[in-house]
Amino acid sequence: MKSRYAAGLLALLLTCSFAAAQERLRMSTTTSTENTGLLNVLLPPFEKECGCKVDVIAVGTGKALKLGEAGDVDVVLVHARSLEDKFMANGFGVNRRDVMYNDFVIIGPANDPAHMKGAKTAVDALRRIAAAQAVFISRGDESGTHVKEKEIWSAAGISPAGRWYRSIGQGMGEAIMMATEERAYTLSDRGTYNAFAGPKTDLVILFEGEKGLFNPYGVIAVNPKKFPHVRYDLAMKFVDFITGPTGQAIIGQYQMAGKPVFFLYKAR
Amino acid sequence: MGFIAESFRTALSLIFSADQDVFAAVRTSVGVAAWSVLLAAVFGIPVGLGVGVNQFPLKRVVIVVLNSLMAMPTVVLGLLVYGLVSRQGPLGGRGLLFTPNAMVIGQTLLAVPIVANYTLSVIKGADSRIVPTALTLGAGSLRSMMQLTREVRFGIMAAVIAGFGRVISEVGVAMMLGGNIRWYTRTMTTAIALETSKGEFAFGLALGIILMVVSFSINILLTFMQESHQP
Repeated sequence: MKSRYAAGLLALLLTCSFAAAQERLRMSTTTSTENTGLLNVLLPPFEKECGCKVDVIAVGTGKALKLGEAGDVDVVLVHARSLEDKFMANGFGVNRRDVMYNDFVIIGPANDPAHMKGAKTAVDALRRIAAAQAVFISRGDESGTHVKEKEIWSAAGISPAGRWYRSIGQGMGEAIMMATEERAYTLSDRGTYNAFAGPKTDLVILFEGEKGLFNPYGVIAVNPKKFPHVRYDLAMKFVDFITGPTGQAIIGQYQMAGKPVFFLYKAR
Repeated sequence: MGFIAESFRTALSLIFSADQDVFAAVRTSVGVAAWSVLLAAVFGIPVGLGVGVNQFPLKRVVIVVLNSLMAMPTVVLGLLVYGLVSRQGPLGGRGLLFTPNAMVIGQTLLAVPIVANYTLSVIKGADSRIVPTALTLGAGSLRSMMQLTREVRFGIMAAVIAGFGRVISEVGVAMMLGGNIRWYTRTMTTAIALETSKGEFAFGLALGIILMVVSFSINILLTFMQESHQP
């Protein structure tokens, strides 16, 4: 008798299976596009238009491109121009397009123990942090932000090491939260910082506005000649959507706490 | 204090508003765990029975290996399966990576040693005369194994419950093989990891409370069924 209940329960659990089969576009992207919530408003209109589902895998830019190099995704949306160019040169991607940009900012505690507020350049700002041995949180995950950070350190002629320099190997959100707890400095993209500023972090922007901190995002379809299984048509539909009028309007209008997060290229 | 209280309030409102994201994550969690445990039972119980009943050379070595496999770090297992199912791996052609099926493969491998070990220790504790008696009474070896399984079914149920507990609370394999895709491979545990990364600690804990409620209720239900079977 009772075994009938057991069978019933088992059947019930097993019917908790998964969404119906539908065309799925697989996109790897950075944590910043996910953490800012942009994708939650950008993707539904596209999914409606193409009658497909977009599977988002949000990781650092380095890993997002690696997934493309392995043919595990159909399209990548990332922000590290030097890595993107290498990806294109090695033939893994086709049709790279500019999508949007924001910029990097250096954030830290308002009392600014390293006195970097007067710094003229990002290089100078990081030099002051290193000189003061003030705690600095590094993403350490080959993300676009981490790549940019390493560029600045090497321009400053410093190879950061020591107890003050903490490489955490985690996403932007984790880095900001850790910096908040430790009263530390970190480099963040403006979008993610805006998403956290206020209730989640009391760190403030201590350096911003330099040209070198420009942060462009690009979208790349994975090369179908290299990986015949990728959904190239669907990937190109997405590329056209995100760079077309509908996608661009959504990105331009997207705000967090009344502030824009991503900016459009005016030329378009 | 405020943080914990807020989490409870959020958890309640998520449950009562039948939040789509939470519902999808619970469904994925429970579905993947159920399939994994079913498969782990299919593979693990015969292994446990076979090793427990039969005498063969190197039996102790096999038992030690089975025991050690219970301590398999989930990230290592996740990585191994990742290497198998990625497009560059031997099973790459099937496009399994970042699907619920990949998660089921990983979680099954995680649960098989647990189910096998529990079954094995139940057999050790069972009356050693069951199989010989059944054989004497004219049952074939398959029949006598079935009889043994019937006698120790409560212990085997416990094996399944332990496997279920391991799988539904696990985050490493789910994240690595599923990819935390919204409404598809996002489980309760990877959703909590995501909310934590966004700094939404109260929301993360709220999801944690729901996960606890779901996994506790399924365990209580299974345990209740197990006990109501008891002669």
